[in-house]
Amino acid sequence: MSEMKVVDARNTFCPGPLMELISFMKRAEVGDEMELLSTDDGSANDVPQWIAKVGHELVSNEKIDDVWHIVVKKLK
Amino acid sequence: MSNKLSIVCVSGTLEKLQMASMVASVAAASGDDVTVFFSMNALQYFTKDNAELAAPEEGEFGRLIETEGVPAFRKLFEQAADLGDAKLLACSMALDLMKITPDDLTLEFGPATGLTAFLSDAEDGRLLSF
Repeated sequence: MSEMKVVDARNTFCPGPLMELISFMKRAEVGDEMELLSTDDGSANDVPQWIAKVGHELVSNEKIDDVWHIVVKKLK
Repeated sequence: MSNKLSIVCVSGTLEKLQMASMVASVAAASGDDVTVFFSMNALQYFTKDNAELAAPEEGEFGRLIETEGVPAFRKLFEQAADLGDAKLLACSMALDLMKITPDDLTLEFGPATGLTAFLSDAEDGRLLSF
């Protein structure tokens, strides 16, 4: 598996983390996975909602030491 | 199937520009067909001469928005256009009164747009005003 890209959006507020992720998703290939780092609690709910709405795959979403790690796989 | 969302940006205060830019960017990036129509006090922030002009706060929350880490409204509108293909339109009446053309604007604005064209475009969709 290729190295997972990390999108570091720590210390930015809504919709900063989501928009950072989306700009990386645009450039990624179908099948790529990337990990979003966010300290914004709102984004921990909002980003998975976006992933579901647009039709990508939420691989994992967990909070480790105040930082959300949201892993998403680009499906289309 | 994409939803159609039209946003009218009229106010020149930070909070309203911020909220409009947040809605526009998230909706556009989620696949909605977004059009933003700028007029009145909102348009002045998008001229080349005013690229750094700060919008005044309406209240306490405006000062919180200026906290580091809140994306700037200009950047969010730009992302709405770049990442979500949102259309940014300048009101032709506002351009006339300000004696400018779309070439004087910083972001990728579409053609000068009158109300008849905007209202036709906004038919069958939702419309939000800020």
